[in-house]
Amino acid sequence: MSGHSTYVPKTALGKWFEARLPVVRLLHDTAVSYPTPRNLNALWTFGGILAAMLVVQIVTGIVLAMHYAADSRVAFHSVEGIMRDVNWGWLIRYLHSNGASMFFIAVYVHIFRGLYYGSYKAPREILWILGVIIYLLMMAAGFMGYVLPWGQMSFWGATVITNFFTAIPIIGQPIQTLLIGGFSVDNATLNRFFSLHYLIPFLIAGVVVLHIWALHVAGQNNPLGIDVKSDKDTVPFTPYATSKDVLWIVLFMIFYGWFVFYQPNYLGHPDNYIEANPLATPAHIVPEWYFLPFYAILRAIDFNIGPIDAKLGGVLAMFGAIAVLAFLPWLDTSKVRSGNFRPIFRVAFWVFGVNALFLGYLGSVKTDDIILGMQAVRWAQLSTAYYFAYFLIILPLLGYIEKPKPLPLSINDAILAKSAAGSAH
Amino acid sequence: MTAKMIRWAAAAIGLGIAFSTPLAAAEETATEFPLLKPTRQEWSFAGFFGQYDQAQLQRGYHIYKEVCSSCHSMKLVKFRNLADEGGPGFTEEQVKALAAESTITDGPNDEGEMFERPRLPSDPFPSPYPNDKAASFSNGGAIPPDLSLIAKARAVHRGFPQFVFDIFWPYQEQGPDYIASLLTGYQDPPPEGVEVPEGTYYNPHFINGISLRMPPPIDDDLLEYTDGTPQTKEQYAKDVSAFLMWAAEPHLDARKSLGLKVMLYLIVFAGILYFVKRQVWRGVPH
Repeated sequence: MSGHSTYVPKTALGKWFEARLPVVRLLHDTAVSYPTPRNLNALWTFGGILAAMLVVQIVTGIVLAMHYAADSRVAFHSVEGIMRDVNWGWLIRYLHSNGASMFFIAVYVHIFRGLYYGSYKAPREILWILGVIIYLLMMAAGFMGYVLPWGQMSFWGATVITNFFTAIPIIGQPIQTLLIGGFSVDNATLNRFFSLHYLIPFLIAGVVVLHIWALHVAGQNNPLGIDVKSDKDTVPFTPYATSKDVLWIVLFMIFYGWFVFYQPNYLGHPDNYIEANPLATPAHIVPEWYFLPFYAILRAIDFNIGPIDAKLGGVLAMFGAIAVLAFLPWLDTSKVRSGNFRPIFRVAFWVFGVNALFLGYLGSVKTDDIILGMQAVRWAQLSTAYYFAYFLIILPLLGYIEKPKPLPLSINDAILAKSAAGSAH
Repeated sequence: MTAKMIRWAAAAIGLGIAFSTPLAAAEETATEFPLLKPTRQEWSFAGFFGQYDQAQLQRGYHIYKEVCSSCHSMKLVKFRNLADEGGPGFTEEQVKALAAESTITDGPNDEGEMFERPRLPSDPFPSPYPNDKAASFSNGGAIPPDLSLIAKARAVHRGFPQFVFDIFWPYQEQGPDYIASLLTGYQDPPPEGVEVPEGTYYNPHFINGISLRMPPPIDDDLLEYTDGTPQTKEQYAKDVSAFLMWAAEPHLDARKSLGLKVMLYLIVFAGILYFVKRQVWRGVPH
């Protein structure tokens, strides 16, 4: 994959540059001549979509930061100033607030694609773990960004989430105090969150570079999950992958625009249009939608487990739910990557997907709400149990008990077989 | 034991319902508020081509000024906004006159004294009370909320599966629907057997309980409409709700008209890109 480079500088300037800093060669090898499996489906365009969203978020965010004031006395009003008085401020702010949600939608598609096609398996373990790190950074950025408008949900969400740290014995309290800069969420919290919210996207960009680097070393996985065997299996990135990526980025922008222009507040919470008030707790504190599955897992642990009380148990379960992803390459014992060839895995995977959505729903309701005759918290316990069972029991076992379907010899073989079947009709 | 209780109490406050569930579940039988879901109305600003109805916004401003503003502030809206594009469409002269009806403290002047002067279009709407304490004192302990964003700050839970359908057919008029239902939803006397706390008024549309401290603010023929619009409670409620939506989302007209252009552009662009992609991949089995 890497190593061979087909770039030949043609102009005098190109040659001059090549001898000093071969950056054009790097770009050419990365985005033009890079061989990409020819059988990739549209799900493989979500990496490009995510890159586009990162750029959108950074650009809109930098403009917003020009007008925003991170001071608890004026933050809420400065955001309203952006919405009302800054030229195109409403557009930039809605692009940014909905952009965060779009970023998460895209990353969830990207992650689930990886889960289904086994993109985390050797030799892509590092690539996958870098992805988990990006996801964690995104969560930190999303959470801190939601605090900045200093609405009721900003304030109480920050209070709830930073409170998690106090569950850790002995060092928990000092960590929380350091994190929020005092004994309760206040101006100091807002200031450091703004600072970190501005920093994290650039950390993400850095890890994205590593993520892409690792991708280009190991090569892309593909829907068949088999290794690239020869040049017949691949096409150059440009124009083949680029033409597909650009199309799907624009289609994704249509989806994004649907929210920005026609329902910009659908994914937000009405309480965040009320200025933060430390004296009035909202009736129902919920985090942003993209955290809801983890919030459901947190709340599912309402019992003590030996020396671990319910609070610490919930926090451990929640962080464990993310941490387990990093170990996935070794938890899945099957040698076959693609779910297409794994009949039992496929069922477990789709149940996992539906279960994740259901956890999200459970995160949005009150724990004592009754759903189909059972308390939401009991459902959350069942769902949480499946979430962990999928990673810790089902995937390790399936490698031994499942009989995968026969794999094609090569990507090219499979494509030829498919087009032969197509022309036979 | 006591220390543990205190810690739990602190956690319950901080974590809201997250960890107080086992306690809360036993104590309260969950009643969902509001008791009645808001009535869905037709709004000129709903849908893809929706735009504010200028005459309605003017009527709504009239009601806000004569009725609501005696208790509620609207600090984020400035008089000049009344002349903004996509708003009620008052003329500059009208705005100047409306602003000058109230005064504001300015200064200090060259002698270091604060002074009162008539408001200018650049000044915000006047607030009825100097501070929250005064507001609370005059209203039996309740602070009338600021109305600048109220139409976006109130939305009744849609529940499953409506919230899924709302993705495909946007419903962003929940605020005005709620406000209109609340303003016309008072029931006097309350249903038999319902105890309403002293000094509050029964309203099954209220989002936060069975009754609120705000007395029914509007009634038929309360204000005169000069344009022949029916002077009913329902019409007043609708007009002021539309005005409040504008106050909360003053650039809605611009947003929807720009949205249409952007979406059309993107759809055409995506169509072209689709053919580009097909052309590129032509003859390459995949």
